[in-house]
Amino acid sequence: MAIKQLKARILENKKLSQDFYKMRIKSLYLARNIKPGQFIEVRCSESLDPLLRRPFSVHRILKDSIEILYEVLGKGTKALSQRKSGELLDVIGPLGSRFTLNTKRYPLNAILTAGGIGIAPLVALAEESAKRGNKTYVIIGAKTRSRILCETEITPRGCDLMVSTEDGSKGYKGLATDVLKDLLSTLNSKPPTIIYACGPTAMLKTVAHIAKERKISCQVLLEEYMACGIGVCLGCPVKVKNGTSGYEYKMVCKDGPVFNAREVIW
Amino acid sequence: MNLAVKIGRLRLKNPVMVASGTFGTEYAELVNINSLGAIVMKTITLRPRSGNSPPRIVETASGMLNSIGLENKGLDDFIENKIPSLTKVEVPLIASIAGNDEKEFVQLAKRLTKIRRIAALELNLSCPNIKYGARKELIAHDEKETYRIVKSVRNATGLTLIAKLSPNVTDITKIAKAAEDGGADSISLTNTFLGLAVDIEARKPRLGNITGGLSGPAIKPLALRMVWEAHKKVSIPIIGIGGIMDYKDAIEFILCGASAIQIGMANFVNPKVSTEVIDGIKKYLTKNKIDNMNMVVGGLKS
Ligand SMILES: Cc1cc2nc3c(=O)[nH]c(=O)nc-3n(C[C@H](O)[C@H](O)[C@H](O)COP(=O)(O)OP(=O)(O)OC[C@H]3O[C@@H](n4cnc5c(N)ncnc54)[C@H](O)[C@@H]3O)c2cc1C
Ligand SMILES: Cc1cc2nc3c(=O)[nH]c(=O)nc-3n(C[C@H](O)[C@H](O)[C@H](O)COP(=O)(O)O)c2cc1C
Ligand code: FES
Repeated sequence: MAIKQLKARILENKKLSQDFYKMRIKSLYLARNIKPGQFIEVRCSESLDPLLRRPFSVHRILKDSIEILYEVLGKGTKALSQRKSGELLDVIGPLGSRFTLNTKRYPLNAILTAGGIGIAPLVALAEESAKRGNKTYVIIGAKTRSRILCETEITPRGCDLMVSTEDGSKGYKGLATDVLKDLLSTLNSKPPTIIYACGPTAMLKTVAHIAKERKISCQVLLEEYMACGIGVCLGCPVKVKNGTSGYEYKMVCKDGPVFNAREVIW
Repeated sequence: MNLAVKIGRLRLKNPVMVASGTFGTEYAELVNINSLGAIVMKTITLRPRSGNSPPRIVETASGMLNSIGLENKGLDDFIENKIPSLTKVEVPLIASIAGNDEKEFVQLAKRLTKIRRIAALELNLSCPNIKYGARKELIAHDEKETYRIVKSVRNATGLTLIAKLSPNVTDITKIAKAAEDGGADSISLTNTFLGLAVDIEARKPRLGNITGGLSGPAIKPLALRMVWEAHKKVSIPIIGIGGIMDYKDAIEFILCGASAIQIGMANFVNPKVSTEVIDGIKKYLTKNKIDNMNMVVGGLKS
């Protein structure tokens, strides 16, 4: 779908907890055309510092608006957190590749594994997956209870939610990847299972390994620093396997951000 | 109103170009490419280069560091695939080339001279992210080397030649003069400034390549000073580059002696910036009752 630069009205910019915010922006165009896994490039402020746009995955796709879920980390996300509803936000999108799902006729076991803020893009995917009649499991892992997000938004939509915290303050004590392993051991091979993951690189690497060992197909959403977000600057490379020379660089913004886990050189 | 400028044999309908490495047809949906003066394409080398390891970019105060490392698919791919794909682009295409040595520069220039779609060559003598040949030094850091390379390419092609220089030198006027003496039709000033950024928690450089090139509003005053100095010493047209975000920045460069300008990383921030700059220049000229852009070039009062 054509990439557009839009001024979208901010409908809501809500603080969810200490460092997490959710923003809803009005755009019929994005609501109709953006797909789970894709992202938008946001001009967080009109100033020269921060200057570059920042990439955010689509978190939820609504009727005539979309949502992003973000963590305040540095100057870009700080500036974004200070934007008020009613203001216009300069965004470019839809950008990048999408998660691929099955068609309705062939349901799957879809397992979505999120680490921390990695849940942001997986909510849009979970909703789409459930709609297609998949048995949809969502595993959210985080360091501690206060960093577990979105619980209430996922559960009502026909997904099984599993939570893990490293300190055991909520749900299973341990890593999201431990929960994933346990879950996989209880599932039959019919219908086929597919794993989707987003989170810190170390987690993605483990998920990719688990999937490979069990010959399960796995799609990961990668992050890299971005300047243009559209494939021009060659600033966001990821090393992927290449038959002839061993490896090549692909661009996270244009060839990704969703990659087949087997393709990536971890 | 006359916005046209001449650079060597190349005639531009307006002085606004997009800089090498910062623009591509990916922007076709977001900006009217055919309103540009010209497009300077991403630098190519004779053979493909895979580029530097990530991270390749980091934002700094009002700017960014990059260490892309001239990732490109090489000359053959450029001629066979890239150029034929640009059927919808009607504005002059300027190829940017970098060789490891004199022979490669000449080879690149000769092959590209035969490609009708190429209107001019920009010699990238100044990418801070690769080392040229055995000397491990940028060509544009040395007067004699600059003269020698420009001269050899001059002898190999009739195309308009633009020498893109490095700002990381003691005296820019000497290098600018060497390029002029070598036969360049124009010089573009400047490429990025060599810089470094540190992650204090990891105690590591933020870029995979350790150092990178600084661009953006942070470098504008530095680039302006170089254009102004060079303008006093050379008579060929100068193309001003560095941190241009709007038409006011462009006019600053023109007043300091630039006959044309290139817009770099601002394209990332606002893909429509180049057309906005063209409109802004027109308004500025109208407001000041000037009907020829060239009347403003070097018009800085003392
Ligand atoms: C395709 C894609 C989708 C994304 N989706 C979301 C999302 O839905 N929600 C969300 O909160 N964040 C998302 N991010 C990450 C988000 O873009 C960065 O957190 C943001 O750019 C940080 O900007 P800043 O100025 O606040 O921080 P900076 O000052 O730039 O950096 C602060 C810290 O964040 C880290 N960081 C900065 N940029 C990135 C990046 N691109 N990837 C990974 N780490 C980074 C830095 O290492 C640093 O430690 C996404 C990134 C990509 C590439
Ligand atoms: C991501 C990036 C890639 C670049 N690649 C090239 C290149 O291939 N060749 C070149 O001559 N200059 C390259 N440059 C330098 C720009 O063309 C320009 O000279 C510089 O960025 C200063 O202009 P600006 O401040 O407007 O960005 C690159 C700059 C950036 C930011
Ligand atoms: S961010 Fe520019 S190529 Fe990906």
